[in-house]
Amino acid sequence: MRFMLLFSRQGKLRLQKWYVPLGDQEKRRLGRELVQTILGRKAKMCSFLEWRDLKVVYKRYASLYFCCAIEEQDNELITLEVIHRYVELLDKYFGSVCELDIIFNFEKAYFILDEFLLGGEAQETSKKSVLKAIEQADQLTSTCYQQASPRITSPTCYEHA
Amino acid sequence: MPAVSKGDGMRGLAVFISDIRNCKSKEAEIKRINKELANIRSKFKGDKALDGYSKKKYVCKLLFIFLLGHDIDFGHMEAVNLLSSNKYTEKQIGYLFISVLVNSNSDLIRLINNGIKNDLASRNPTHMNLSLHCIANVGSREMAEAFAADIPRILVAGDTMDSVKQSAALCLLRLNRTSPDLVPMGEWTARVVHLLNDQHLGVVTSATSLITTLAQKSPDDFKTSVSLAIARLSRIVTSASIDLQDYTYYFVAAPWLSVKLLRLLQCYPPPEDGALRGRLTECLETILNKAQEPPKSKKVQHSNAKNAVLFEAIALIIHHDSEPTLLVRACNQLGQFLQHRETNLRYLALESMCTLASSEFSHEAVKTHIETVINALKTERDVSVRQRAVDLLYAMCDRSNAKQIVAEMLSYLETADYSIREEIVLKVAVLAEKYAVDYTWYVDTILNLIRVAGDQVSEEVWYRVIQIVINRDDVQGYAAKTVFEALQAPACHENLVKVGGYILGEFGNLIAGDSRSSPLVQFKLLHSKFHLCSVPTRALLLSAYIKFINLFPEVKATIQEVLRSDSQLRNADVELQQRAVEYLRLSTIASTDILATVLEEMPPFPERESSILAKLKRRKGPGNQPGAEEARQERERERERERSLNGSAEHREGGAAASAKSSPSVDVLSVAALPTNRPRPVSSVSLMQTPFLASCAAPSSLSAGPMTSLYPSADLLGPTGSPPSTGGSLLVDVFSDSLQAGPAPLDLAPPNTAVSEDNFSRFICKNNGVLFENQLLQIGLKSEYRQNLGRIYVFFGNKTSNQFLDFSSTVNCPDLLKTKLNVHTKPADPTIDAGAQLQQILNIECLEDFTPAPVLDIQFRYGGTLQNFGVKLPVMLNKFFQPTEMEAQDFFQRWKQLGAPQQEVQKIFKAKHPMDTEVTKAKIMGFGTALLDGVDPNPTNFVGAGVIHTKNTQVGCLLRLEPNTQAQMYRLTLRTSRDTVSQRLSDLLSEQF
Repeated sequence: MRFMLLFSRQGKLRLQKWYVPLGDQEKRRLGRELVQTILGRKAKMCSFLEWRDLKVVYKRYASLYFCCAIEEQDNELITLEVIHRYVELLDKYFGSVCELDIIFNFEKAYFILDEFLLGGEAQETSKKSVLKAIEQADQLTSTCYQQASPRITSPTCYEHA
Repeated sequence: MPAVSKGDGMRGLAVFISDIRNCKSKEAEIKRINKELANIRSKFKGDKALDGYSKKKYVCKLLFIFLLGHDIDFGHMEAVNLLSSNKYTEKQIGYLFISVLVNSNSDLIRLINNGIKNDLASRNPTHMNLSLHCIANVGSREMAEAFAADIPRILVAGDTMDSVKQSAALCLLRLNRTSPDLVPMGEWTARVVHLLNDQHLGVVTSATSLITTLAQKSPDDFKTSVSLAIARLSRIVTSASIDLQDYTYYFVAAPWLSVKLLRLLQCYPPPEDGALRGRLTECLETILNKAQEPPKSKKVQHSNAKNAVLFEAIALIIHHDSEPTLLVRACNQLGQFLQHRETNLRYLALESMCTLASSEFSHEAVKTHIETVINALKTERDVSVRQRAVDLLYAMCDRSNAKQIVAEMLSYLETADYSIREEIVLKVAVLAEKYAVDYTWYVDTILNLIRVAGDQVSEEVWYRVIQIVINRDDVQGYAAKTVFEALQAPACHENLVKVGGYILGEFGNLIAGDSRSSPLVQFKLLHSKFHLCSVPTRALLLSAYIKFINLFPEVKATIQEVLRSDSQLRNADVELQQRAVEYLRLSTIASTDILATVLEEMPPFPERESSILAKLKRRKGPGNQPGAEEARQERERERERERSLNGSAEHREGGAAASAKSSPSVDVLSVAALPTNRPRPVSSVSLMQTPFLASCAAPSSLSAGPMTSLYPSADLLGPTGSPPSTGGSLLVDVFSDSLQAGPAPLDLAPPNTAVSEDNFSRFICKNNGVLFENQLLQIGLKSEYRQNLGRIYVFFGNKTSNQFLDFSSTVNCPDLLKTKLNVHTKPADPTIDAGAQLQQILNIECLEDFTPAPVLDIQFRYGGTLQNFGVKLPVMLNKFFQPTEMEAQDFFQRWKQLGAPQQEVQKIFKAKHPMDTEVTKAKIMGFGTALLDGVDPNPTNFVGAGVIHTKNTQVGCLLRLEPNTQAQMYRLTLRTSRDTVSQRLSDLLSEQF
């Protein structure tokens, strides 16, 4: 996998993970271009497309698009399930995840992704193992600064298609 | 109050994020961010030492600001400090910041490496994992140098925790990708292979990826992985679905691992060992069988995971290309998917079948699906799926179905999306040539191509049809007759005029016997198109005219009259003027014999690979695998040869064209179905070794004389390496004579600094592409803009085989523009080598809104002549747009605010292109504004918003585009706070639809 982007229907990037070394300018340009390409597609279209010399696999969950750019010989369907597994992981961790969770806890979204994918390849596909790793890390710190704050309940939750 | 994170909240961060979200405008957001940056900076600089929590919070805020798209130029040191914190989350945030923000050449890398080193040595698995993740994420050379030796050790050590092994494996994979030379092979490689046997499936999953990457580079070192991978795969596919516990995904056993194992096996040929091979075949059969079983779940995840494994298995079967039964089964399975209700599966089936079509075992099986694929081309609603169908038709095409496939592609082309037209044109042209049994069909097909998609017919395509017609005398009469008929159409594409001009100029005599296509009729027909054509085409037509003078003495007077007219002799274009002068002179003073020699029929082109095929190969895509495709063609030719030995009737038909190639048929004239044919004047003696046209092909050849080339693009048509004709030949005498007799053509020419703006408008909605091209030079652009600044990379390509000397390229701003736009140019090198490319960077700053465009002045010396011309640079006001997202309510409020009459510009105009919604959307976004969904109550209308950034001011712009498909009209309304901006934007954008 070359990179993964999460963005909203308005085209705002919510998370970006690059597995190839690129300059910031280049990343922004590629991101902008790809986001526009995907937002321009209709709902029932194929989840895969050729884009530059890459294959793009994307899926929309509620208000967020998840999009992966993979290489010529990579498997599209399994990439679609990489996306789904990541959504499941977020969902389980945050409990009915919504876009706001990812905005406000972007660092957690990155940590979870790093446990699941590394260097663009699946590292650990077991949901239990990934979440265990993340929760252990949380435990290491929850003793430090726990601050209770009210949690909003989000109207838009991810559906499980 | 916003949502707060689990585990450890950073309240300040949450407040900041929600502040940003509440910002009503981009300006407010920037203001809030600057305030925060100032705050953080002062905290970091302050005398008071920050505690770990605050440091973490501020670093996290900086990260958030960066991810919003703003530049961050401090805080790196604080992030590095966090690495040495003993609190896990502080360390974690430090690593995250570094992974996202530190690029490989940072001077902090030594400090970072130090932190990583400590964590790697800590024997604390969570800390080790963090540091390994960081190495994998950054993957820089410095990190590879520092750790490439340690990681293999960690990976294979007996006491390493499973989770650390997983990270280490993928970390090594990343380093091997970025700096393969730094990852040493060693005794660890053998032990890595044995990780395929590991108890822990997570470890196997990571290790398989690593082994695959390594095996691609040095297959011999990892050969033993084949048997282990097959054993592992076999255990997975035969396991009951619950055996693998959490590695079972929606009732599919370890789909990720299965896919990876199948991928690893594709690095190797089929195993030689019979038992092993049998076991693998069993696995593959089991996977194919499972596809036929009823699904264990209705969830799409179940079928996706199952089919992911299936497609990878099919990829392996195709890669091995050795088991006919499996190949045919794979083909049947894909055939079922072709009609599946899931678009994704149809797409993948079409894609996969493309590769199957190139296997000799399954080629026939693939062909049985032709009707389904044609149907897909007609009915699929998604252009990317239709593209796959085109690719597959191309791949499955052979002599038996070529006519059907070419016909279907041609009819699809009439409605095809613009994005894929050019590729289809190339494919049709290649197939038509490759499978032409009789060349009349070929000529018809290419002329049809020009009719249906003239704009997408590239030079390669029309050059090729001319090459073929010249080389095959059995088709010349037919070609002349057909182009003559095609040219009768009141509106025909310029490419047709080019082909028509060339062919009639060469072979018009073959149809001149018919009074309906007498020489005068032919000439008048061609000349009726003359005034509608571009300069290169006119130049070509002038050459056709002089050829007519040779072919048909009776039209000489008419043509001379045309050449003599002011519009030719005093044409502002130097090339046209020169041709007119020279041709007129040539026709006046040269004897019939000399004319016949100079204007002799073009000699056959040397047989070489079709330039179209070469172009198609350059375009990457699964439909164009040249290797596999060629291999099959080769086998097919083999079979054909066998058949021909048996003397079957099929060969006669199929081979007719081929035999015509080797022995030109003598009865050329009887081929054309015309009453009488006129012989072409025959030259008595050949005055030159190389025929004139061919020698002119290399532009350098006649640099001594004034004439450059008869056909402007002849360098692509003719053999490029033809020797230059030297002085002293009769020809040069004729011309030097003409120089003395008449006025020197170059003196007549106005100072040749014409400014080209042909491609200017193409860049209004895009930033990259070819700006200018002639026989000598190609100019390409890449540009990027950010707020009021822009940078353009200009690429000058020397297309010739000679050096350009004294090259200079400067930007010239009209006076009006000088106060509004700053352009800084770095001087370019003074020479461009033959075939080389030169890059020049232009930095642009917009001070104020502007209308005229800067001009790039180019000057260089080529073969003794000074070339000097200008190209309009596509720097327009809209390049300084930043898109603005807003809700309907905000939009209408601002719309009303901009209600003054001079703020609005409205334009109603006719559509110049097909009214395609997606294309329009792309153009509006390419123009630079945000495309706002759900603002306009009428969903067919387009609404956009953006801010033009100039140094002195910012101008908010709103636009609305209302298409009327019935009338094929648009109404474009622009409202901005400045009348000049509204007007300029309206002028720019309205040209695009």
